[in-house]
Amino acid sequence: MNVALVKNETGSALSDSFAIARDRLPGADKVAAAREAAFAAYAQAGLPHRRIEDWKYTDLRALMREVLPLAPAPDAAEFSRAASAAKLHAIEGVRRLVLVDGVFAPKLSELGGLEKGLGIRTLREVLETGDAALQTLLFTPDNANPMVALNSAMMTDGVVIDVADGVVLTQPLQIVHIASGTVPAAMFTRSLLRLGKDAGATLVESYIATEGAKAYQVHDSLIISIGNNSRLDHVRLNEDGRDAFNISSGVVSLGAHAHFNTFGMMSGAGVSRYQATIVFAGEGSRVETNGVNLLNGKQHADTTLFMDHAVPHCDSREIFRAVVDDRAHSVFQGRIIVRPHAQKTDAKMMTRALLLSDDAEADNKPELEIFADDVTCGHGATTGALDESLLFYLRARGLSEKEAQALLIQAFVGEAIESIVNDGLRELAIAAAQRWLEARG
Amino acid sequence: MAAVQETVDRVRQIDVDQYRYGFETLIESDKAPKGLSEDTVRFISAKKNEPAWMLEWRLEAYRRWLTMTEPQWARVNYPKIDYQDLYYYSAPKPKKTIGSLDEIDPDILKTYEKLGIPLREVEVLEGVVRPEGQRKIAVDAVFDSVSVATTFQKELKQAGVIFMPISEAIREHPELVKKYLGTVVPTSDNYFATLNSAVFSDGSFVYVPPGVRCPMELSTYFRINERNTGQFERTLIIADKGSYVSYLEGCTAPQRDENQLHAAVVELVTHDDAEIKYSTVQNWYPGNSEGKGGIYNFVTKRGDCRGNNSKISWTQVETGSAITWKYPSCILRGDNSRGEFYSIAISNGHQQVDSGTKMIHLGKNTTSRIISKGIAAGVSQNTYRGLVTAHRKATGARNFTACDSLLIGDKCGAHTVPYVEAKNSSALFEHEATTSKISEDVLFYCVQRGLSQEEAVGLVVNGFVKDVLQQLPMEFAVEAQKLISISLEGSVG
Repeated sequence: MNVALVKNETGSALSDSFAIARDRLPGADKVAAAREAAFAAYAQAGLPHRRIEDWKYTDLRALMREVLPLAPAPDAAEFSRAASAAKLHAIEGVRRLVLVDGVFAPKLSELGGLEKGLGIRTLREVLETGDAALQTLLFTPDNANPMVALNSAMMTDGVVIDVADGVVLTQPLQIVHIASGTVPAAMFTRSLLRLGKDAGATLVESYIATEGAKAYQVHDSLIISIGNNSRLDHVRLNEDGRDAFNISSGVVSLGAHAHFNTFGMMSGAGVSRYQATIVFAGEGSRVETNGVNLLNGKQHADTTLFMDHAVPHCDSREIFRAVVDDRAHSVFQGRIIVRPHAQKTDAKMMTRALLLSDDAEADNKPELEIFADDVTCGHGATTGALDESLLFYLRARGLSEKEAQALLIQAFVGEAIESIVNDGLRELAIAAAQRWLEARG
Repeated sequence: MAAVQETVDRVRQIDVDQYRYGFETLIESDKAPKGLSEDTVRFISAKKNEPAWMLEWRLEAYRRWLTMTEPQWARVNYPKIDYQDLYYYSAPKPKKTIGSLDEIDPDILKTYEKLGIPLREVEVLEGVVRPEGQRKIAVDAVFDSVSVATTFQKELKQAGVIFMPISEAIREHPELVKKYLGTVVPTSDNYFATLNSAVFSDGSFVYVPPGVRCPMELSTYFRINERNTGQFERTLIIADKGSYVSYLEGCTAPQRDENQLHAAVVELVTHDDAEIKYSTVQNWYPGNSEGKGGIYNFVTKRGDCRGNNSKISWTQVETGSAITWKYPSCILRGDNSRGEFYSIAISNGHQQVDSGTKMIHLGKNTTSRIISKGIAAGVSQNTYRGLVTAHRKATGARNFTACDSLLIGDKCGAHTVPYVEAKNSSALFEHEATTSKISEDVLFYCVQRGLSQEEAVGLVVNGFVKDVLQQLPMEFAVEAQKLISISLEGSVG
């Protein structure tokens, strides 16, 4: 009874805000119809709650309560604050593409001198004037997931990147999401990366906030398609503000003999959820997904991965590490499905959580669903505190308690971070982990 | 050579439909009218001469059940059950008042003889000397809805152990039943447990007094015989301070084309320093090779380690049932208490298994161990679903989980759905799971040394499940081993 009541309240409040925002959302006709359908799917389900199996550990009705209204377009002051934040978090040698409060900011982005075969457009542009096939592709994420449906209904901007066949980009691309608004608001973004055949690219996604950004909500999604014999390296760094919400979804599909290497680090946001679906559509492909949660205070971070082995002869590796301090809560849900006929699949998943405080919580749900017999699949999960004997060993060699802990934590997350191929990006992740440890004091 | 002949004979006997307990015994029975209503509940309660408080308890459960909906989360598919199309009570018609075993309907005794259940105390009465080392087992046999005979009553009484049908216990030991019934699995627990609370007809009751080590294995044998009946038994076992009891449970049913419902509840309670070892060999009729018929097995089993240093150990061999929905669990409430779950779940043909355990760590320094072996063959689906959780005060909780799945054939599925929740930093949880098929190399090695393909598979499978078989009492281990080879017949080649 109660549940139905809550659903109606949040549903109706939001449909008002959808009605208000509708005119501001790019795209007409088919795009508008797809938005309506997506919104109807969301309105039907409402914010996901713990009674929905996929959201068992991340009850958005309790954590988020409501979806904030669409953020107003940033003004000059906000752009200038965003510019300084972007500068502060700048990564050397990458091509930066900046979204401020959910709106593409050309002035802060580097659009000049594109490598041959690289095309960059904004989502707004594609929704308004793009070809129908591309627009359809932008609506592929499944509306069955209410937060994906909401994102489909409300998406305002993002970047659409195309890498042509045979092109291997030498310069990594970075999509930076900056929140700068001084009123609590929500931003809805969606980006797309299409990698042709025999191509290669590196993509970095960063989430940051300017000084003085109010409690905000990031609703983001990323659609990636990797062509045959192509390779994508992907790094995701979440350093959102401490009272921010970040609900992001990824949909990745791989052609034959493709390679996808992805790493995600969550150290920001009060409540975050990253849900990714990775589908093997061609044989002989490989995926490595690695993730680290570094949480303290009252942070809540959820990583939900769905690895879909739909075809034979593919390999996947998942390594996940969570370091949880204070009253923080880390969630890892990993599901591997091996469809009938997907023989010779080799899938492994390992998740480990390190609890640094008695009030911390770590929940792991590594699932295997196997419908083919000639496969090798396995998963492991461990939860525990720092090993006392290792601590003692280090203390006996003159390290302070904190130093010893920091060293062990660094080693603990190191295995996941090491998987980053690009040296510069790996250093960046190590530095971010270092900063987190130093902030611990 | 003899061994080979034996295999050939057995395979021939078994043929396609491999169930060997599929006979039916024609016995006049006394049934409640078809369907479920408050009247059915009153009828059952009246049949059992129950006190008013018990009827009230049942009615409350029934009313709650009406407000509940059938759970959908398990990975099993079955047509909707029509709860009004079942008989909720069926008892062999008493020819006269039963005073001793001799007065039981000989047909029933014959049924149990066919099943190989040592129901009669004849041997003991006639002073037959048993070979050394062979332990005595006290059996409580439940036929459809009633318990027909409980053996070794006298000897158990001497030790102070109460082992009787729960319907009798309600009348004779109301204080104990009142104190414990529904305290581990409350009437509101889940759809099937609530249904059971309303209509359970019989089952076993065991109370082991403080400091007593039960002198023999206790055993209950469940048999569904009547057509269209559901069996709803309820078992309650209490081990008082410092006591120990080992309890075995076996189940079979005749072969029928329609599906039969079995919704049991088992509650275990251990006080300080007590231990209960509960073993099940579940071999309900699994349906024929086309997936027709078979038992729907929806069981709620839970143990409560209420006292410090207490221990509950579940061992199960699941080979039967069209659908298994069963999660024997341990609530580790007492400090230093220990829970164990050893399981072999074999599915073949069209069987669907969704089984596992819950280890709920509440007390300090509680430990648990889960060893689960799932084997899927034919077009069956086999799921392990388990929860390990440490609450905030469960300092020093420790768990080890290993669940391995073996796939035989490319039409079946094996799934693992573990939940690992830690709310205490000193909790140390380890979980590992693997899924694979039997290695071609290993099979080749065996075949090359003269074993048939089937024997080779049998060898590998027995090795695969060895960790669990070792936990079974000897008498059951032998039966279980046979059962495993029978369950997998026809799955190779």
